[in-house]
Amino acid sequence: MSVSLRGVRFSYPRGFALDALDFTLGDRERVALVGPSGSGKTTVLNLISGLLQPDAGSVRVAETELSALSDAQRRGWRAQNIGFIFQDFALLDYLTARENILYPYRIAAELRLDAAARARADALAQACCLGDKLGQRPGALSQGEQQRVAICRALVTEPKLLLADEATGNLDPANKTLILDLLFERAAAAGAALLAVTHDHELLPRFDRVVDFAAFRADAAS
Amino acid sequence: MRALANAFFLAAAYLRYHSGRSLVLVLVAALILFVPFAAQILLTGAETRLTARADATPLLLGRRGSALDLTMAALYFADERPQPVPMSEVETIWESGLGAPIPLHAAFETNGFRIVGTSLDYFEFRGSTLSEGRMLAVLGEAVIGADVAEALDKSVGDTVISSPENLFDLDGVYPLEMAIVGVLAKTNTPDDAAVFVDIKTAWVISGIGHGHEDVGPVAAAGREEGREESEPSGADGAEVVAPAAIRHFQRITPETIDSFHFHGDSGSYPATAVIVAPYDKRSETILLGRYLDPDLSVQMVRPPEVMQRLVERIFRIKALLDAVTLIVGAAAFAALGLATFLSWRLRAREVQTAVKIGARPWMIATLFSAETVLVIAAAGIAATGGVLVVASHADAWVDGLLALGA
Repeated sequence: MSVSLRGVRFSYPRGFALDALDFTLGDRERVALVGPSGSGKTTVLNLISGLLQPDAGSVRVAETELSALSDAQRRGWRAQNIGFIFQDFALLDYLTARENILYPYRIAAELRLDAAARARADALAQACCLGDKLGQRPGALSQGEQQRVAICRALVTEPKLLLADEATGNLDPANKTLILDLLFERAAAAGAALLAVTHDHELLPRFDRVVDFAAFRADAAS
Repeated sequence: MRALANAFFLAAAYLRYHSGRSLVLVLVAALILFVPFAAQILLTGAETRLTARADATPLLLGRRGSALDLTMAALYFADERPQPVPMSEVETIWESGLGAPIPLHAAFETNGFRIVGTSLDYFEFRGSTLSEGRMLAVLGEAVIGADVAEALDKSVGDTVISSPENLFDLDGVYPLEMAIVGVLAKTNTPDDAAVFVDIKTAWVISGIGHGHEDVGPVAAAGREEGREESEPSGADGAEVVAPAAIRHFQRITPETIDSFHFHGDSGSYPATAVIVAPYDKRSETILLGRYLDPDLSVQMVRPPEVMQRLVERIFRIKALLDAVTLIVGAAAFAALGLATFLSWRLRAREVQTAVKIGARPWMIATLFSAETVLVIAAAGIAATGGVLVVASHADAWVDGLLALGA
């Protein structure tokens, strides 16, 4: 799934602004967004997912121009096309690992929780070495296991675009590598593009491309 | 429908995981729902119990004073102890030809149950029937209420002993052992928790009458020690003196019954109250008129009117209770609302995640509404259970709350 931002302008009431931003993400491409805090990396993720609307410019994901969609349509589109992975995992402490993986089906009206979805959740958990942890709640899981559950939750709806916001930020070095390996592997298996915000420069060589937001310019890193 | 099911699934999971917090919410909400209904049931029960008994008792004669105390003591055998009326008042009613008097003496207890001294007319007046045994025939016999029989596990052939009023008062009431000759059928009235004896038996308990071994041969010895009792009961009418060491009978048996006798003027013997069954409406009006004079030492009251005044007072208190319940309920619901609101604020991250995944606002609203619905539903079930328990035990609890038959 390709992404294209053209001449995007966006500003928060408190002053931060993106001005005339151009950005592209190719189908199945793995891109890292780097830059100092407050440079607009997360804002770009939110614009691409339709959580924020640009003041001007175009945000097109695949064939869909997001600004042409209503709020309800954007939510539905997001549920079906985007997988989110967060730095703090954002798992629900009152649900088991399996229920957390299936959470999108519980909360998004466009998704139907059926036997296929359950089978997909179990298969993803097996692939992420969580087979024996499915009945446990997040509090009983290690941080690495929690992030793996979060990855399964992002992938269970078979999205074509994965957005990861500091997905490895809370992990120890060993787990960082494992999680990134898993993320790349599962994204490739699902045929999904990956756009990841990160501060971890050790991981950058593994991406297809790195975008440095310090200067709002796209540079090819590899 | 699918969204609703998912919302309830998530809400139930959340409430189950935070079971302690959920339990507190449910209990508070249940209490708010339970209290007004339970109070209404108990008050209605109290009204029914109080007025039914009073409605079946047209007139009551007793010492002038609190009409309520008199009614509570005579109808419900409650703890109130109005000053006694002399038995001469019973004769006065008989002689008036306006109604039938039934004396009541309700001053003593056995094992926490009131001993009620009366005449056989009482059982006819109340329509009492026996489930076992026979009615009172001679001095020292007792007929017990159904609750007494059950609580004390007593039946015909057993005995009950009156509780001494004061263990250290040598001049006080002696315990009297009474043979149970009958058990009354249950009536759901204070009669169930009473031990009925002939009023003369009650006077024996009070010490007005007693029985002891023959005093003739030891009279001189007692007189010498200066601790004697004088009795004008000698066969020749001469004064007979009994020594203090003489043995008093604590049980009335065929062997000892002839030795029981009473002292003083029978017209002065005490009764707690006298139930008066007027022969007709006119007789009732005349009787009431005769006791209107405030200078008389006795009064005639209509129990239905006395209890109606009490009920009206209770329901005025109920109105106050309703107002308090409303205020406390509103405050409690506000507290519940605040707790729920703060809970949602604490779950802002969860909401944020749901929104990012694609949840629509109505789904998030449905999720939180489902939690509220589940809490209120659980509270409703708990409150209904509580109300059903109160309803099924209302009679017994009303008796306890009103201290009837105590």
